[in-house]
Amino acid sequence: MTRKPDSLFASELLRPAVAASFRKLHPRTLAKNPVVFVTALGALATTACIPTAGAELGFVIQLSLWLWFTVLFANFAEAMAEGRGRAQADALRRQRSETAARLLRDGREERIAASDLKKGDIVVCETGDTIPADGDVIEGIASVDESAITGESAPVIRESGGDRSAVSGGTRVLSDRIVVCITMEKGHGFLDRMIAMVEGARRQKTPNEVALTVLLAALTLIFLLVCVTLRPFGTFAGAELSAPVLIALLVCLIPTTIGALVSAIGISGIDRLIRRNVMATSGRAVEAAGDVDVLLLDKTGTITLGNRIATDLVPAHGVPVEQLADAAQLASLADQTPEGRSIVVLAKNRFGIRARELAAPHATFVPFSASTRMSGVDFADGSRPRRIRKGAAEAITTFVSREGGVPDRAVLASAEAIARAGGTPLVVAEGARMLGVVQLKDVVKGGIQQRFAHLRAVGIQTVMITGDNPLTAAAIAAEAGVDSFLAEATPEMKLQRICDEQARGRLVAMTGDGTNDAPALAQADVGVAMNTGTQAAREAGNMVDLDSNPTKLLDIVEIGKQLIMTRGALTTFSLANDVAKYFAIIPAMFAGIYATAGASGPLSALDVMGLGSPQSAILSAVIFNALIIVALIPLALRGVAYRPASAAVILRRNLLIYGIGGVVAPFLGIKLLDVIVDALHLV
Amino acid sequence: MDAILLILLIVGGATALSWPLGRHLRQAMDPVSLDGAAGRVDRWFRAFGGPLTRGDHGWKRYCFDLLTFNVVMFAISFVILATQQWLPLNPDGKGELEGSLIFNTVASFTSNTNLQHYSGEASMSHLSQVCSLMWLQFVSPAVGLAALVAMARGLAGRAMGNFFVDVQRATFLVMLPACVVLAPVLVLLGTPMTLAGSVTATTLEGAEQVIARGPVAAFLAVKQLGTNGGGFFGPNSTHPFENPNFWTNVVSAIAIVVLPMSCVWMFGRIVGRMRHAAVVFAVMTALLLVKVGCAMAWEAAPTPAFASLPILHDTGNLEGKELRFGAAAGPLWAVLTTCTSNGSVNCMHDSLNPLTGMVPMVGMWLNATFGGVGVGLINMFLYIVLAVFLAGMMVGRTPEYLNRRVEVREVKLAVLAVFAHALFVLGGTALFAATPWGQSTLNNPGAHGFSEILYEFSSSSANNGSGFEGLGDNTVPWNVATGLVMLLARFIPILLPLAIAGSMSQKRSTAQSAGTLAIDTTTFGVMLLATILFLGALTFFPAAVLGPVAEHLQFMK
Repeated sequence: MTRKPDSLFASELLRPAVAASFRKLHPRTLAKNPVVFVTALGALATTACIPTAGAELGFVIQLSLWLWFTVLFANFAEAMAEGRGRAQADALRRQRSETAARLLRDGREERIAASDLKKGDIVVCETGDTIPADGDVIEGIASVDESAITGESAPVIRESGGDRSAVSGGTRVLSDRIVVCITMEKGHGFLDRMIAMVEGARRQKTPNEVALTVLLAALTLIFLLVCVTLRPFGTFAGAELSAPVLIALLVCLIPTTIGALVSAIGISGIDRLIRRNVMATSGRAVEAAGDVDVLLLDKTGTITLGNRIATDLVPAHGVPVEQLADAAQLASLADQTPEGRSIVVLAKNRFGIRARELAAPHATFVPFSASTRMSGVDFADGSRPRRIRKGAAEAITTFVSREGGVPDRAVLASAEAIARAGGTPLVVAEGARMLGVVQLKDVVKGGIQQRFAHLRAVGIQTVMITGDNPLTAAAIAAEAGVDSFLAEATPEMKLQRICDEQARGRLVAMTGDGTNDAPALAQADVGVAMNTGTQAAREAGNMVDLDSNPTKLLDIVEIGKQLIMTRGALTTFSLANDVAKYFAIIPAMFAGIYATAGASGPLSALDVMGLGSPQSAILSAVIFNALIIVALIPLALRGVAYRPASAAVILRRNLLIYGIGGVVAPFLGIKLLDVIVDALHLV
Repeated sequence: MDAILLILLIVGGATALSWPLGRHLRQAMDPVSLDGAAGRVDRWFRAFGGPLTRGDHGWKRYCFDLLTFNVVMFAISFVILATQQWLPLNPDGKGELEGSLIFNTVASFTSNTNLQHYSGEASMSHLSQVCSLMWLQFVSPAVGLAALVAMARGLAGRAMGNFFVDVQRATFLVMLPACVVLAPVLVLLGTPMTLAGSVTATTLEGAEQVIARGPVAAFLAVKQLGTNGGGFFGPNSTHPFENPNFWTNVVSAIAIVVLPMSCVWMFGRIVGRMRHAAVVFAVMTALLLVKVGCAMAWEAAPTPAFASLPILHDTGNLEGKELRFGAAAGPLWAVLTTCTSNGSVNCMHDSLNPLTGMVPMVGMWLNATFGGVGVGLINMFLYIVLAVFLAGMMVGRTPEYLNRRVEVREVKLAVLAVFAHALFVLGGTALFAATPWGQSTLNNPGAHGFSEILYEFSSSSANNGSGFEGLGDNTVPWNVATGLVMLLARFIPILLPLAIAGSMSQKRSTAQSAGTLAIDTTTFGVMLLATILFLGALTFFPAAVLGPVAEHLQFMK
């Protein structure tokens, strides 16, 4: 994809965000966030107090300024998150805005704007055309450059029918001609949905975010009660508390920190997904990813490298291993499959047998065919023709018998042993004689075992889905370190497995690409469709991976967890801050009560920070409260540090950092600000 | 040293008793199998209750039954009190009661508060004491226990049960047997038990003294066991007939806390999570011991007014204490009675040192250190929901409790209940501190006067019922305001948690894994403790500062 702004505060993001933070002062926008709304009302009320402030004029003016800053900082946090998401979205949108579509109507071609396309319209795309909207290829085959979406420069093949028929709007046809049936009107495609999600105005709050907002609103209500009742309490004790001071206390107490950052956290979670080229169709799906208990992973491509590789040679009794290697290499020379090439490489590396140029007249290559299930080479020169074959055990047994030989029981036994151990045996025969067995094995991706161990540590089970027989599947499962496997899997079995896990109270995530994966993708709590997959699969899932890299499911889970964790950590931090603010403001409010002549009142003993004056104490607390929002924006956008561990360990660590840290930090911060406020004689 | 032994004896004794009693509570309230004796008893209850006792219900019907039952109890008791002058069992000819006092008294006993704006021996006939007040002392804890059982069932994913069956079980299988055991013990230890009227004695000086008496032991047993706390006599457990000696004091103190303790074990058994119950029990015990430690330490200092006098200062503050129990028994009782929603007193809370006086208030503000029978754990459940929500987010999962998700509805209802308590305490105090309703009833100026108002509303809202005293509280405004607060503060924190449990019981049960927040670990205990303390401190810090803390610092100057 286009350049991703990596710096959190890139200047091209900064300026629009500052402008947006003023635009967001609109009451309707503010009202969406109860905490920020109350802060804004407080700022307004304090400003209204300025004309009647009298001797406290300077203090009240500064107070109201900092309260407005608090609101602006909250708006700024949200605007920054939106800006980062929008930067991605704009790049995508640009690619599609000027697109024209060649509409096919009654056999005639017509040029219309892509935005006028309706679902079900038929369009033509030829070399150099941009595909105007998401759709299915109904005719033809073409190579398509999807780098606009995926960032992957290699073109992909799109053809009618089958699992590779889906095309995305904004991608470009590199060669040939296809006819596309539009499945998604502009404005409803998954790119559009994604763009909508990073824009605050159209963003839907997720369930956990709503619950948190309710909690924050209720806390705001409790603190409002505390501050409102404090006035008669003060009167009773002989202290007339002014409105600006009470508002200052209120704004310090209500959870402004998390209140200001909560939407930025949500947006940045989606933004982090986009950065890894995953599009979620809803924020709910991102949150659900954090709750996942079971991952269904396809073996091929996720757990193992796509191809099997020759790893060993087992010669028949009396056959030198070099002879087997030589024969196997010969049989594979013309075999362009990765398996075939790996045999050539094995023979070369292990026995120094170099690949030979074989003169075409002498040699006839026999390609693999589904009916014979073997491949090989025939040499016609010399007195005696050589016929070398490699293939599945049964196929070679038939071949050897037909050549007049007897199948070698020992060879077949070792072939079976290899199969039992999870490998694929290829028996090599020359004429009537079996020479031995080549062992092909799935190669488990490097580092995957460790990732599964991490997942296990956070309580997530992995299930490997494979079409292999149970023996093979078990061996690979053991090697990769997955918790269980589903062998000889069909789409129906996959769906059944998901339902079973869900019945046991587990949340399931899976990846899929084919149309027959669609029911399972729809049933899974988190369904990640591969971008190369069919339109049906992409519609059924709630996320699309543009890179079509199934391993990314692991990243998605981490992003989901990190999102919720960031919310929890900042809420805890925000509440823990209140202790210090109480110790700053309450003594300042009541220092004078019950005072005997000339001495300070008894409650000044609570001023444990030894702040300069009541006014500087209150101002410092308010300034701290505003600045901490800015200080925490990077954390909100990046998310708290995530290290895989059990819930107990994570809870302990976050409690220590954000709980205890949240209690201590403001004591230091407020004291420091108080020293500065005093030194500058601000009040 | 004596103090530590006393704590060990009372807290240790109650803890030891709570385990078998918890097992009994489970068997009585939520029998696992209805074969044999348990089934026979259950069939009697259902036969006795008729159609009302048929079927298990959801939370809405359960709450409706609970409210209806309480309205009927309220009405009957109101009528008895209002007509006591014409009714029998009135040997001393007690007269008519004032309307707002009747409302306050009935609200107080219906809500298991037992705030008393009257003196029993001066105003109440024996019939009023036994058939109205003592009856409510039986059924109000039974209602609390029934509510807890229903909540536990809901959280275990079952139907809530049948209120009328539960309340019968609680009354006849729990409260009545417990009192039948305790009352004779109290009689043996010297508490009077008679239906006769007062006796007139001639003192050594030749003066005539009327000495009130009555069915004290029976009243006392249920007063303590049911976290009621309403005294037979005005001076409550400081009165020599209501608490004659050291041993009645110990037995009473154990009785105050033993049923609320057992409720925790019963809850653990019903939801099948004993380790979680143990963590909750430990959190409550930790809060209890910290409060006991603070109270005893602060009370070991002499009262500041005497500090400069040439008298012995090593006995601690003896003002307002009953010397037959010693100086340590007062603060210990004060903590126990306010941790639970009991509210009986064996010393003058008004005379405690200022900071010691704050400890009972803290107990009532938090209102979840064992708390009232049944309702204490229901209150704790609100804190658990909030702690689980915060901790759940911190581990990166949608929060869940007992395998069920805590979402918008649960959080909303829980914070509403927490807010209600804060509103009643702070709002009520603000209203009475700002108006003559409160100001003109004070006997002390300044911070101490503020504490008196604050204490009265805290006690009402926590359904505690103890008084700071020093307050002329038998006025129409006080009677009406505290009466309303007691009723609302009783039923809001029962109905909302039941609604939460009802909502959670409908949810899909989720599976446990290493990624699930474990609610049976020390870490969670610390989290829960921190949630309780933070929420309490953030809500009540200013009030505490202007009341007891200001008074204390004034003395220190």
